[in-house]
Amino acid sequence: MEFFQNVLDILTKYYPYLLEGLGYTMLIALTGTILGLLIGLITGIVKTVPLSKRGGVRFLQKLINFIISCYVEIFRGTPMMVQSMVIFWGYAFMNGGETLPLIPAGIFIVSINTGAYMTEIVRGGIISVDKGQFEGAYSVGMTHTQAMTNVIIPQVMRNILPSVSNEFVINIKDTSVLNVIGVMELYFMANKIQMMTWNIFETYLIICVIYFIMTFSVTRILRVVEKKLAGSDSYTICGSQSDPDAEIHVKKEEKVFG
Amino acid sequence: MMESVISLKNLKKSFDNREILKGIDLEIKKNEVVSVIGSSGSGKSTMLRCINLLEDVTSGDICFYGKSVTGGDIDINDYRSKIVMVFQQFNLFNNMTVLDNCVRPQTVVLKRSKEEAKANALKYLKKVGMAEYINARPAQLSGGMKQRVAIARALSMNPEVILFDEPTSALDPEMVGEVLDVMRSLAGEGLTMIVVTHEMAFARDVSDRVIFIDEGVICEEGNPKEFFASPKTERAKAFLSRFLQ
Repeated sequence: MEFFQNVLDILTKYYPYLLEGLGYTMLIALTGTILGLLIGLITGIVKTVPLSKRGGVRFLQKLINFIISCYVEIFRGTPMMVQSMVIFWGYAFMNGGETLPLIPAGIFIVSINTGAYMTEIVRGGIISVDKGQFEGAYSVGMTHTQAMTNVIIPQVMRNILPSVSNEFVINIKDTSVLNVIGVMELYFMANKIQMMTWNIFETYLIICVIYFIMTFSVTRILRVVEKKLAGSDSYTICGSQSDPDAEIHVKKEEKVFG
Repeated sequence: MMESVISLKNLKKSFDNREILKGIDLEIKKNEVVSVIGSSGSGKSTMLRCINLLEDVTSGDICFYGKSVTGGDIDINDYRSKIVMVFQQFNLFNNMTVLDNCVRPQTVVLKRSKEEAKANALKYLKKVGMAEYINARPAQLSGGMKQRVAIARALSMNPEVILFDEPTSALDPEMVGEVLDVMRSLAGEGLTMIVVTHEMAFARDVSDRVIFIDEGVICEEGNPKEFFASPKTERAKAFLSRFLQ
């Protein structure tokens, strides 16, 4: 069979290209998602700070919120492929033709693009936490910052993890658009192999399978992390009336109260 | 004449154009247990939330030991840590265990050491009968248990006053007793308490004074025995007759 022979040829001859592309794809997608989450945490948290009663501070807050909204709308509302070209060549235009190093440029583009989505994910995560959690924290004298770091953000992180995983999977696939500026990720490598072998169908089918394996394993791993973060189902009752040193393990399924 | 811990002076609160509190004057003395009763929507919870500054005051003043807390020249968080609140919906921190719920506010707000905070928390968790459940999370407990933990959290701040906002209204009937028992024992120990409640028996038997609020004003106040035996105003009579039937 010619097809199987071609696939085998590509895999044996060009596997260093495939591995390199795979590595860069994962590197850019992973760091881009993490940095994007950090951007989103900062912007999302800033956006949900209650407006101050003092006029000057209030104006400043509104201005910052407006800038964040502009950032979110612009980066959500334009294709990442176009953003790549504008940022990469925009930098070159303003620096007399000197271009950005490719991998950092790729990470930068994915990060700020993801950050725009993460802003809304984090903001949604914060406003979906029950108002009573804030009031409970305020009522014992916590400041907004103390309430956020001790009570709200830990709950937000757990709640938004499925959306963050989703962004990570999208990023693994979407790094392929970075080939327009020449970042050597998996799609770029496939393009290179395809030009050398002219086995277009076989080459892209192979990277199709590689992309799927990457996204599928990532979702499985993150599912496990989600379960870990959800906390233990069981707890220990320390001491009982008959035996003060007793330790009784109670599982959620066996919940006997209320 | 003993000094007032909290005094409300012509306190008014409006939401948009609806006036909920229409000028409340109230003095709370040290060690006093005051029950606030009235029909739903009369403004009694709003009054309590104003005292904790969870709601902005529209006009009038709230004073803590004679000092205004609405003017902005006091540390709001310091004030709140001294007049903590127990909520109808418990509002325990869902991301923490029972013990952490009582320890964290002490270490974060009062800057107590972990050991000191833990010892203090355990003392009060024992008092409310929840010391066995220090490792449980709020989601694993019944309503009555959650409310007892919330009371322990409030107590472990060693506050001057505890504000109770309908602490038994969200509980199943068979769990109301366990929470009221805890509150009864606290009242006996001289804690200053303001209790917004629908539990008439508690108001009558435990409190030093009853405040009846109707349509945003204090309609009647006085000794609980006298108030429940012979209310003076028509509105109080009508309100009580609905409860005693």
